[in-house]
Amino acid sequence: MRPTPNTDRPTSHNLMRFHFSLLLLVTAGLVVAFAPLPAQPITPQERTFEIDAHQFAYSPSEIKVNPGDTVTIQLVSTDVVHGIYVDDYDISVEADPGQSATLTFVADKPGSFRFRCNITCGAMHPFMIGKLTVGSNNWLYRSIGLAALAVLGMTVSRKQKA
Amino acid sequence: MAKIELTRIPFIKNILKSRYPQLAVFIVMLIGYIFAILAGLIGTPVGSHNFSIVFVWIAWWALLILVAVPFFGRGWCAVCPIPLPGEWLQRGAVLSPPDKRPKWLNLRVPKMFRNIWLQNISFLLLALFSSVLLTTPNITGIVLAAMLFAAIGLSTVFERRAFCRYLCPVGGFIGLYSQTAPVELRIKDKQVCVTCEGKPCYNGSSTGYGCPWDIFPGGLTKNTYCGLCMECIRTCPHDNIAVNLRPFSADLAKPSTRMDEAFKAFIMLGSAIIYAGVLLGPWGAFKDAAYNVGSGAWFIYAVVFLAIIFVVLPGLFTLGILNTKNALPLKQRFASLSTALIPLGLMFWVAFSLSFVLTNASYIIAALSDPLGLGWNLFGTANMAWQPMLTSILAPAQTLVLVGGLIWSARTAQKAAGEVKVSPIPVIVYCLLATCLMLWLLL
Ligand code: SF4
Ligand code: SF4
Ligand code: SF4
Ligand SMILES: [Cu+2]
Repeated sequence: MRPTPNTDRPTSHNLMRFHFSLLLLVTAGLVVAFAPLPAQPITPQERTFEIDAHQFAYSPSEIKVNPGDTVTIQLVSTDVVHGIYVDDYDISVEADPGQSATLTFVADKPGSFRFRCNITCGAMHPFMIGKLTVGSNNWLYRSIGLAALAVLGMTVSRKQKA
Repeated sequence: MAKIELTRIPFIKNILKSRYPQLAVFIVMLIGYIFAILAGLIGTPVGSHNFSIVFVWIAWWALLILVAVPFFGRGWCAVCPIPLPGEWLQRGAVLSPPDKRPKWLNLRVPKMFRNIWLQNISFLLLALFSSVLLTTPNITGIVLAAMLFAAIGLSTVFERRAFCRYLCPVGGFIGLYSQTAPVELRIKDKQVCVTCEGKPCYNGSSTGYGCPWDIFPGGLTKNTYCGLCMECIRTCPHDNIAVNLRPFSADLAKPSTRMDEAFKAFIMLGSAIIYAGVLLGPWGAFKDAAYNVGSGAWFIYAVVFLAIIFVVLPGLFTLGILNTKNALPLKQRFASLSTALIPLGLMFWVAFSLSFVLTNASYIIAALSDPLGLGWNLFGTANMAWQPMLTSILAPAQTLVLVGGLIWSARTAQKAAGEVKVSPIPVIVYCLLATCLMLWLLL
């Protein structure tokens, strides 16, 4: 952040204050982004989802589980061959038309992940996408916090200099 | 902040001044472009295995929005093949600069079209059909060919590059966002231009063509309409043209007051949000509606799309800046303050494209070996399995890009608000809300 043109040349005192608020902001940002949250102890469960795959969507297209759960996905393709690939978990399974296939994994990474079709199944195939949320989508909340903090910091530092 | 003149470096200057390096790139690009048209028309209908889709919508798009526009502004336009055949035809020459009269009709574009509204419309037309365009090789081939022929047609009727200036759907947003780039072409000394006889940079000379983009280089203050074609470097007899490195978004310090440019900012911001929701979201019904062009659902999608861009987004923005007691007309405040949406929109597109590109980049390697999807295997990579890349850093990268874009646009809002003497807070809050929406859609 550099001084804006329509304020006077910053005095060293002002500059120090500016650097200090910048430091405070960056620290606050780091806390928002990386501070560990208290883990809520939830006993892991076994969960099964039947996901119906058809051109070009899954239903249900959003599934939510708790961290540590053992998740079984029964993928049923109702028209052509579809698959499911879970981002970040890097696991996948494919199902032939009218058939079902099973994918079991332990949801040990918390957060929100896209899952997507990994078998070219038609025009909109690259956009055949669903969403798996493990625990709560903390990264989203942290990001929104960062955005709010950034804007607040800029408005305040602007006022201070004015 | 200081600028660094790149053209001081003899190597860079010579490369830009000589026609041959540019011509070499042009020819490669033109061959690639024509190949993309052919691949689209005769190759496999499966988009993810067709050169036209993979190279245009994944590889080219990634380079354009992640590298070329943010760092080089209109750098792509400097090597773009689309206007070339028309330009060569219009000049009656590929290289040798003219001593002859201009060929063909050489009309001036009517005044009412000398703005970017046509570009706004052409972009929206493509945007409404984008789900089909992005996924159907045939359609991509036809659209690429149509752009080539439209450019040829306009070159024979109008002077200079009418297609680039007033119609190209891509050129409109490249121009808008090029203002944020850290590179510019400007004159070195105004005084030299004042006394310069004949203004060969605009009128042409034996060393080069008059500005094909129909601007007077001596008056350049923004990147928006300079296509970086480098003709003026070749024509200026006083060595008065420089290519500079400069701070990011220097052009945005003086906000534009044009409504066509203001709406371009809303169009781009709105489309990025809508695509993030429709294409990358988990809602199948939206995808169906967007894809089934002509169906009832598609009409609803189109109406909602246009309503978001022309009513909802600008409406909320207007409400936000309405209350500010100010002597300036609302229209002027609207246009000036919407400058803040330029860095925001660019970063929305970067965040959206990161996700699309990283998950589909592996198609590029496969398509290299089998560009038409006919079962070739030129480099032995045709059967490479699809594999998303870097999925674990995608979310942090998107946060960084979006929050960075928000900071950038808030800073821009503060400057623009200073120019029109209002509080920047409503605009900053608007940008914050839009960013939160985008975060929610992408993360
Ligand atoms: S405006 Fe369009 S056609 Fe013209 S050079 Fe730029 S991208 Fe190419
Ligand atoms: S030719 Fe060079 S000196 Fe003359 S007006 Fe153009 S830029 Fe200025
Ligand atoms: S002639 Fe100069 S000012 Fe005109 S488009 Fe080319 S580079 Fe830009
Ligand atoms: Cu599928």
